[in-house]
Amino acid sequence: MGVIHVTDRAGQRHTLEAIEGWRVMEIIRDWGLPIEGLCGGACECATCHVFVDETWLDRLYPPTEEEEDQLDTVVTKPNSRLSCQIIWTPELDGLEVTLAPTGG
Amino acid sequence: MTDHIETDVVIIGAGPVGLFAVFELGLLDIKCHLVDILPKVGGQCAELYPEKPIYDIPGFPMVTGQGLVDNLMAQIEPFHPTFHLNEMVESLESIGTPEAPRFRLKTSENGTTFECKAVIIAAGGGSFQPKKPPIDNIEAYEGTGVFYAVRHMQMFRNKKVLIVGGGDSALDWTVNLQPITKRLTLLHRRDAFRAAPHTVEKMRSLVASGDMDLHLGQVGSLKGEAPVLEGAVIRKDDGSEFTVDCDVMLPFFGLTMKLGPVADWGLNLHENLIPVDTEKFETSVPGIFAIGDINTYPGKLKLILSGFHEGALAAQKVHRYVYPEKKLLFQYTTSSTSLQKKLGVAA
Repeated sequence: MGVIHVTDRAGQRHTLEAIEGWRVMEIIRDWGLPIEGLCGGACECATCHVFVDETWLDRLYPPTEEEEDQLDTVVTKPNSRLSCQIIWTPELDGLEVTLAPTGG
Repeated sequence: MTDHIETDVVIIGAGPVGLFAVFELGLLDIKCHLVDILPKVGGQCAELYPEKPIYDIPGFPMVTGQGLVDNLMAQIEPFHPTFHLNEMVESLESIGTPEAPRFRLKTSENGTTFECKAVIIAAGGGSFQPKKPPIDNIEAYEGTGVFYAVRHMQMFRNKKVLIVGGGDSALDWTVNLQPITKRLTLLHRRDAFRAAPHTVEKMRSLVASGDMDLHLGQVGSLKGEAPVLEGAVIRKDDGSEFTVDCDVMLPFFGLTMKLGPVADWGLNLHENLIPVDTEKFETSVPGIFAIGDINTYPGKLKLILSGFHEGALAAQKVHRYVYPEKKLLFQYTTSSTSLQKKLGVAA
């Protein structure tokens, strides 16, 4: 087992126990942090948008064209990812992400 | 009283659960009208994932979102439900008593008014509305300098217009508005567009001929004393910033779901969900039911199949409101000639 670190929109950092094979969105949601995940992980809504710490960015599988299309629907930074498209494995122990702001 | 539509039940939301409720109500001779804010039926299934396979619909090892919706439409066809699409129920008021409920509903777009004996809210995650980008103070410019849809093109004549996005809406309006604007700028986060190829091509040729601008980046902040928009500060991926002068910004970031007016109907919401009992799926207001993703109760699972079950049970109680004097006889479609007649399949 391992953990991920999630900084919420108020700037508070949470350390969450991770489960292998779960989507990072699911881990965050399971621990009760405010992440919407409207479409349930189908890469169809971009409501699980996070910023991935720069040091981790290259260690993730690059986004698919489908994920890029969804990222087009939010205000991104270069380190934007959809957390439903990051499947947690032990290599991602200590992954550091920040919840992206939501629009009105 | 002005003209209104009189019906037994108004179903709010034409997603899979709202559609199947038509079937369950229809078997009990209950007539209904459905209202949905989208221009088409099917809710999330049709809008979010029409092509995605679903594997947990009983009896369908695999069906796509749109496939399920098409099948539901065929299944409820015998009951001739009336659809009011592109409309959102804005107000819902109770004009009856707890024993004999009666409701009046009004929609926003056409101002359609309904009067009915029961209301079934099957609104899923809420109503689809344009996604608003998280930009400081953007609300202060909405309706003057920021628009999420184009209702009248003429509003943008001789204006400096900034369109943001890379999908069909952004690209279509780019090529449609470009001829009438003073200057048109398209902003997108990357140099790839998921829009019709010929529209993308047309945009590229307008850029090449110097008739419009294309920039890559994101809107960081807005300039101008609200509500008057004067420009947008654009942040590029390398961290540098520049300003685009504009009178109008049109962000096209797709749709999201918002609870909307449901929040104002006095239904004791719990975390944006409507609590119901698990016998009748009725809310705290007698005669108003909530089924599908929008309701909550102990053990709730947000599955389409749960919504189907909830609709079947809600219909039983709705029958008591619509036909208070009639005893409800439980019947199967396999054996009941009267049900088969309703379905138009009786021998």
